[in-house]
Amino acid sequence: MPTRRAARLIERLQGFLMAVLLVPVARRLASTVRRRLTRTAQDRPPTVPGTASPGDEAEAPRRRFLARLTLGAAAVVAGLLGVPFAGFVFGPGRRTGRAWRPVGEAATFSVGRTVKVDYLDPSPLPWAGFAAETAAWLRRESDSHFVAFTIYCTHTGCPVRWEEGADLFMCPCHGGAFYRDGTVAAGPPPIPLTRYPVRVRDGVVEIETAPIPGQTPS
Amino acid sequence: MRLLGPIGRWIDDRLGLSPAVQHTLLHPIPRANAGRKGWMYIFGAATLVAFVVQVVTGVALATKYIPAPGHAHQSLLLINDTRLGALLRGMHFWSASAMVLLVFLHMARTFLTGSYKFPREMNWITGGFLLGLTLAMAATGQLLRWDQDGVWTVVVWAKFADRVPLIGEHVARFFLGGDTVGGLTLTRFFAFHVFVFPALMFILIGVHLYLVAYHGISEPPQPGKRVERGTYRAHYAGLLERGRPYFPDGTWREAVVAAALVAVVVVLALVIGPVGPGPAPDPTDVAAVPKPDWFFLWYYTLVWLKPPRFETLVMVYFPLGVGVLLFLIPLLARGGERSARRRPWAIAAVGATVLVWGVLTGYGVSSYWVPDFDSPPIAPAALGIPPGPAADGARVFHERGCQYCHAVRGQGGRYGPDLTRVTRRMSPEETTHRIVAGIRDMPAYRALPVAEVEALLAFFQAAAERGR
Repeated sequence: MPTRRAARLIERLQGFLMAVLLVPVARRLASTVRRRLTRTAQDRPPTVPGTASPGDEAEAPRRRFLARLTLGAAAVVAGLLGVPFAGFVFGPGRRTGRAWRPVGEAATFSVGRTVKVDYLDPSPLPWAGFAAETAAWLRRESDSHFVAFTIYCTHTGCPVRWEEGADLFMCPCHGGAFYRDGTVAAGPPPIPLTRYPVRVRDGVVEIETAPIPGQTPS
Repeated sequence: MRLLGPIGRWIDDRLGLSPAVQHTLLHPIPRANAGRKGWMYIFGAATLVAFVVQVVTGVALATKYIPAPGHAHQSLLLINDTRLGALLRGMHFWSASAMVLLVFLHMARTFLTGSYKFPREMNWITGGFLLGLTLAMAATGQLLRWDQDGVWTVVVWAKFADRVPLIGEHVARFFLGGDTVGGLTLTRFFAFHVFVFPALMFILIGVHLYLVAYHGISEPPQPGKRVERGTYRAHYAGLLERGRPYFPDGTWREAVVAAALVAVVVVLALVIGPVGPGPAPDPTDVAAVPKPDWFFLWYYTLVWLKPPRFETLVMVYFPLGVGVLLFLIPLLARGGERSARRRPWAIAAVGATVLVWGVLTGYGVSSYWVPDFDSPPIAPAALGIPPGPAADGARVFHERGCQYCHAVRGQGGRYGPDLTRVTRRMSPEETTHRIVAGIRDMPAYRALPVAEVEALLAFFQAAAERGR
């Protein structure tokens, strides 16, 4: 998808972009402040005791330089603090990508049934606790054919549950419903349930995990 | 200070107390603000008091809250188990509720008295940022409960963010702290709730209060007295010359309100207690029914209301547009009448906002569209239905999930119409067609066996007959 590629590109270029966007803004700001400062010095006699006396023409270039130096040094401090902060806090974060996860022996799933399977995220952190696991709905269509659906409703991301009797996936948040093949049956969801890749290896069903972002078409 | 003698004078001089007190406490306020109309002006101070309560209770809670995904929930249960812990968590929730409510009341008052007009535009704009930060605190705070709702709220936010073009995926990853809900998700919300947002709020509250002092508190408006850029400041200076000292003529109301507010918060915390945490978080538990706290219920309803294919509009651009409009208000209407009596549209706008908010929140509370998964099966005998096709129909009605959304004789969900007397509205053919073909918000039960459809029809018939 072009949007996703563009977003990834922006991620990669973000330091550069930040500089491109922020440097002119900072410059503009600095020049405005400088203009204000010099105007203050020339147009208005300083009223605060201790500031330089007006009409000190010989001092003007030096003072302009010192003003620039002050702002420059302040910008250095802000940059040295801000760039690592912003990069660390707002950066793309930890990428764990995708992984094939076993969810059970193929023989344990009966044809025509939809069951919830739990599996580990790719490379979970040791302290993640509950948060290390995720789930999917797995349906055995035939002997050889499995389908896996996301548990996230395509409306707002609430957990959909499979209701065997009703033969529907139902969402508790806003009453969305999906048929057993994941297509929208009723309510506000705009698109069918996302499917995950499934394969059977040596009699074990495996699901490929997927990151949560990027599943929703905008 | 005179009473304290030389030591007092030394402290006063070296700390520069007198000038500070002179500026912050003893400055004059317009006579009218010290009178009965001063009661209109207490919401800002009350919001600040709620913020102070949040800081104090929040710091206390932070000493025993473990911001780790595997342990946060247990640490909250531990805090709830101690009497003071439960009190503090209760105060933190109720004071947060008060703060959200008060910040909106404060905004409505500022809007209705035209206080955002020249020269106080920046008071409004800094207030707008503070409103946004208050809501951000409310949202992240709900999440830190780290129960089922908390975990699923993160997923919902990530899904919302994912809709924003271009930067959406990045923002979603930012919320999650990676690809999925995991080991880094909770700590980022903790850091923002505890460090980043409060720091920004302290700075902005400082600016906001400085501006109130700098421009002076806005005087109660008088109909017909227009704000003109050329004359307003002189007019206001005239008011101050005949003004009253802020302390104690203006402060006593704020102090009384502060005491009442904190007392109400403590009483609510003692009587109703803290909220949650709910069931332990589990991203694999699909039985969760995530629902926001009352502050965001209106939005929850709005998201349900939105027509298909307008997701991004309602979820992203609408809130964004409201935010931008908010900041534009003081720039669009800088001068002119301040009195609400001469600004019927201002009253209408506030009234409409309150009405829409109330209706949406009301629907959010009832959220009748949520399937009633736990509705117990209808016992045919209780309705006087003898064993037979009609009794079988009652069973089908429950087993096939009809009852999630439809009720018969008061038992069942409320999304779809009550079917107790459906036979009076629709013929058996029409009902059969509706079951098999579905309609807008009702799925089509294409594969339902004919025998079960007939049992349902018999059940509806019997329910209608016994209903008389």
